[in-house]
Amino acid sequence: MSVIVLKPGMLSTFQDLGRFGQQHLGVSVAGAMDQRAHRLANVLVSNAPDLATLEITLTGPTLRFTKPCCIALCGADLSATLNGQPLALNRPLIVRAKDELSFGARQHGTRSYLAVHGGFALTPVLGSTSTYLRSAMGGWQGRALRRDDEIPLVQPLKNKALEELAMDLWALKIYLPSALAESRQPHVRLIKGQQWKEFTPESCAALLTEPYRISPDSERMGYRLQGAPLLMSTPRQMISEGTTFGTIQVPAGGQPIILMADRQTTGGYPKMAYVASIDLPRLAQMGPGDMVSFKAISLEQAQALEVARAQAFATLAQTLQPMRTLLLNH
Amino acid sequence: MIAPTFNLRHQGDHCLSLDFGDTILAETGLICLAAAEKIRQACLPGVTDVVPSYTGVAVHYHADAQTGLPNFQTLSEQLAALIKSGLAQTERTSRTIDIPVCYGGEHGPDLSDVAKATGLTEQEVIHMHCAPGSMVFMLGFAPGHPYIGIHDPLFALPRRDVPRTVVPAGSVAIANRQSTIYPTRLPGGWHILGATPLKLFDLDRPQPTLLLPGDQILFVPISSDEFDRLAAQQNQVQG
Repeated sequence: MSVIVLKPGMLSTFQDLGRFGQQHLGVSVAGAMDQRAHRLANVLVSNAPDLATLEITLTGPTLRFTKPCCIALCGADLSATLNGQPLALNRPLIVRAKDELSFGARQHGTRSYLAVHGGFALTPVLGSTSTYLRSAMGGWQGRALRRDDEIPLVQPLKNKALEELAMDLWALKIYLPSALAESRQPHVRLIKGQQWKEFTPESCAALLTEPYRISPDSERMGYRLQGAPLLMSTPRQMISEGTTFGTIQVPAGGQPIILMADRQTTGGYPKMAYVASIDLPRLAQMGPGDMVSFKAISLEQAQALEVARAQAFATLAQTLQPMRTLLLNH
Repeated sequence: MIAPTFNLRHQGDHCLSLDFGDTILAETGLICLAAAEKIRQACLPGVTDVVPSYTGVAVHYHADAQTGLPNFQTLSEQLAALIKSGLAQTERTSRTIDIPVCYGGEHGPDLSDVAKATGLTEQEVIHMHCAPGSMVFMLGFAPGHPYIGIHDPLFALPRRDVPRTVVPAGSVAIANRQSTIYPTRLPGGWHILGATPLKLFDLDRPQPTLLLPGDQILFVPISSDEFDRLAAQQNQVQG
């Protein structure tokens, strides 16, 4: 009862919502880069949001299932196929024993999330199954998938009446509310930080009007941006303090860095602004070479958008109750 | 009981920071630790992490299943009320941890440079580094990685111009009147005075980090033979 890794892909790691409660010990949060897609994949297979999904980056793996199970794939469109047939994103699907899931060309996005009903059997480390590669911690043996890995599943399906279940699931009408769809906003929204006004007026204007290119060395720890330099009116040294997912920090050179899921827990660069959580998933789906531009919103607006998304997730979970019943009764 | 003054600010829509000062001072550090402890014990809904640093405390929060996402305004008010109700203990009452260090030689490649920069002999640098009164202000940068201070102003050295790409695990290094100890092989730009055989982070221990914010630190010089003996012992204990 497992998933066998025939090809590992570029970077496939297990991630959950993150390793919280340990930041005062210097332990990074990690977790899914695109929390929207991660949550959506879980809810579509009747999982709790904190179960680990497989975060698949750009070049996907080839996986073989040894038992039937219910899966969902959300996030980037990396031309996923099941036994060579195109696989639908954003819906629950039944896979059978010996089925092979593989990926092809990147259509859009950077990271795809695979959830399996019941979850992957992983051992939590400090309360989380997220992989933190720098400390070789969590996930599957603290590392990305390798060829011939066999990942056990907690709860595969029975073979009995599998075709009926597949038909029933396929017949389910799943309506994704707009709050849960991928953002179509042209801008990534940010909240100005306390040090915003310490930057020159030209720098503040640049960040809100000029596009920035995501540099090639951007990864799970942080995105380095290239564009108009951001300079403080009077440069000064900052004292290190706690950091957050989406902090836009600016080292002396003036090229900003956005801290992402694998960020260090503390940092001492000036912080100009913070990406609103609602748009972190959108940023997580951008990759090296993509252009990003920003628009400022208030903290209140950012929090209202977050609350609306959380409510939409709760509503979706409720409307999917018939699916939960189908899976429970199988 | 003291009720320190502070400022509150957002750090995005999931974090709130309390600032108790803008200079690295032992007194401010102790206030941050006491405030962090008080906030942690209050178990406010949605609060996931309470991270003390030199001059402030970062409070990370997430949507709570029952109460939803804490609103910045209401959480600010709750935290302000907590701090205003007074902090019990801001004296140095925490445990003292001895850190054996083999100074100089292969373990401390920057000892002679630090001696030159400070105008001291190598022995004087070691003596000053081993003076009591150092405290762990915070852990950050990597799991179990401490920021220890605040040392004599003579140790107010900027970081190395060119950081090393690899610093061995256990290296004890100084910069800007602070010490750190590298828990694993990491890149780093601090001046390496020596190394400790102790393991700073080990997931097989019930408390994975050797040090906690607030710990008093006493560096104790050891010979390289003693270093090898202790290192071997550590490995035996680990099996």
